[in-house]
Amino acid sequence: MIQMEDGYLYYPGCTLKTKASDYEESSKKVMEALGKPLVEMDNWYCCGAVQSLATDDIMHQIAAVRTMLCAQEQGERELVTLCDMCYNVLKQANKRMKEKPDELETMNEFLDEDPDYEGQVEVHHIFELFRDMKDEIKKLVKKPLDGLNVVTYYGCMLLRPNHVSIDNTEDPMIMEDILELLGANTIVNPKRTECCGSYHTVNRGDIVENRVEEIVARAAEDGADVIALSCPLCQFNLDYHQRVSDHKIPVLYLTELMALSFGMEAGLKKHKINPRGALKDFLE
Amino acid sequence: MKVKRDLEFLEKVEELSGESVNACIRCGTCSAGCPFVEEMDVLPERIFKRIVLGDREGIMKNNTMWICAACFTCSVRCPRDIDIAKIMEAVRLTLLREDIDMVDLDGLDNIEELPQLAVVGCFRKETG
Repeated sequence: MIQMEDGYLYYPGCTLKTKASDYEESSKKVMEALGKPLVEMDNWYCCGAVQSLATDDIMHQIAAVRTMLCAQEQGERELVTLCDMCYNVLKQANKRMKEKPDELETMNEFLDEDPDYEGQVEVHHIFELFRDMKDEIKKLVKKPLDGLNVVTYYGCMLLRPNHVSIDNTEDPMIMEDILELLGANTIVNPKRTECCGSYHTVNRGDIVENRVEEIVARAAEDGADVIALSCPLCQFNLDYHQRVSDHKIPVLYLTELMALSFGMEAGLKKHKINPRGALKDFLE
Repeated sequence: MKVKRDLEFLEKVEELSGESVNACIRCGTCSAGCPFVEEMDVLPERIFKRIVLGDREGIMKNNTMWICAACFTCSVRCPRDIDIAKIMEAVRLTLLREDIDMVDLDGLDNIEELPQLAVVGCFRKETG
């Protein structure tokens, strides 16, 4: 897939520098250890977080296309995202431009301060890189996560709609496969592909609380020590909204667990539910 | 109950979504898999029936399209391959494009606690 000599071109998006800095920090450390550092783009724009779906809505594709154009101008064709929402929006918008030459033309006419976007950039989620680096990951595991029961949580944006899915839409295994390399016990849980409540956290927290309770109650029933995921919005929702739950299961980015198994500490700073207790056997 | 039929509404929804609402066979697969049905006052497939009937007024009184968070579960499972998330978006847009906002920025007391992507996403889906 991506073969850049010095690493991968990386798009952070709006949340990775602040609320989800644990994810950025741990991903950077993990990729550096793997010998493929993430190189942040020289210039980028907020993707818009959710894809605008209307047939006539070209306007809301602009920010995503501008970011693709930035990658093109840096001379790269492969662009990596960490955030699931960024992945989904960039991937969908890019696909739309590739499949609708008339819209791409309209877009390029509008972006007249920039060179034309040629539709050649490919968008990838960091998990896709891990899938192609299994041997390298295995070699780096110094402290296997023996006995740690991990429930995976995919949410929506890595899997749906079908045309942007990084794995089987109904039965993904990409996270389980990585966790197995780390030595953890993975638990396949039927709630792992259900929506966490998403942006309703802004003004309908009650809806998100109901979703989160269903998800964490099942994880608890399955014996989860921690939940592993990658989406910063899912992380916030599952972590924050457990405040009204009897359960208090730490919600970790997969890359935080990877770093730990590599013998490094990364992230683990901004969690509402402190994960250190559950991870005490693996922390220095 | 007599429904005031607005047939342009069906046309508008199909145009904005690019999907055929008439292709729906009311099998209920969308509702069966939707993680939010308990919060909706009308099930998704019933909304499609109302769109076909041109019952714009009735639909706008329901909360269904505002509860839908575009998680695409229904879209990937529909046996008729209807991208239902696009239809929900089209229904939302018919209101939002009249400059109606469903979220009030001034009314949010915890905005600093929220991650940016939640706020951006919410405003994309709920403001005109």
